[in-house]
Amino acid sequence: MTLQHCLLLAAAVFAIGVYGLITRRQAIGMLISLELLVNSANLALVAFAKHAGAPTQPLVLFVLAITVAEVAVGLALVMLFYRRYDDTLLDQANEARG
Amino acid sequence: MADALFWLCAVGLVVSSIAVVRTRDLVRAVLWLALALLSTAGLFAYLDAPFLAGVQVLTYVGGVATLMIFGLMVTRRHTKAAAEANNDQNVIGVVAALAVFGVLAYAILNTKLPESSVPPPDTSELGRSLVHEYLLAFEAVSLLLLAAIVGAVVIARRRDAEAREAPGTSSLPSFRAEAD
Repeated sequence: MTLQHCLLLAAAVFAIGVYGLITRRQAIGMLISLELLVNSANLALVAFAKHAGAPTQPLVLFVLAITVAEVAVGLALVMLFYRRYDDTLLDQANEARG
Repeated sequence: MADALFWLCAVGLVVSSIAVVRTRDLVRAVLWLALALLSTAGLFAYLDAPFLAGVQVLTYVGGVATLMIFGLMVTRRHTKAAAEANNDQNVIGVVAALAVFGVLAYAILNTKLPESSVPPPDTSELGRSLVHEYLLAFEAVSLLLLAAIVGAVVIARRRDAEAREAPGTSSLPSFRAEAD
């Protein structure tokens, strides 16, 4: 398959992730959608490495590490939010003090 | 045969991604996410990146999905009926997603994509480049992970009134004294 196929696939997954980010109410649901976005970016990077000879594979490893860090901190924030509001619906997140 | 693998993984990725954002139950959404990440690992393998495929399975499917399920279980409401998972912005979401896909697809289809016969690096070249060209970034990422671990512990620990009401429940007593 050509680079175009892979990039279109990545774009489709990215669009689905955007949809999820807009429609999910729970904080964790939004975090999951974020994973889809990052995943599609990784797919595009690997496709470029294969078809265009771009040195993007190390970049994918860095993206993976940063995403794991993001999930760890994001889940900690969700826990904090849950303890304060007894729920994880982000509609309630209208003030910015812990 | 290889093309069949591509299409299998591509269809699996798109279907499970849609399931991720549409499923009402978030635990199932995480499981669909694991399937989507596995399909991506298959695509990585198809695109001559076997090491990245392995790392994808180990850190994402093994790590992130597990962490997500754990976070979901801890913050779950058992008392009330489960709240609606999606809000009423369905139409806006579809429009925004179609707009994003339209712009990206337009750009992809109208750009002259580079073609090169340079093969992607194999695992040993990838490892060597990490400790040569990308050494600084590599070390910075390790520092970032350390900071994220410490930050996650500091953010998520119990503190203040909660900790005072239930003494001895915290596994980090030295931190609590600091918080007061």
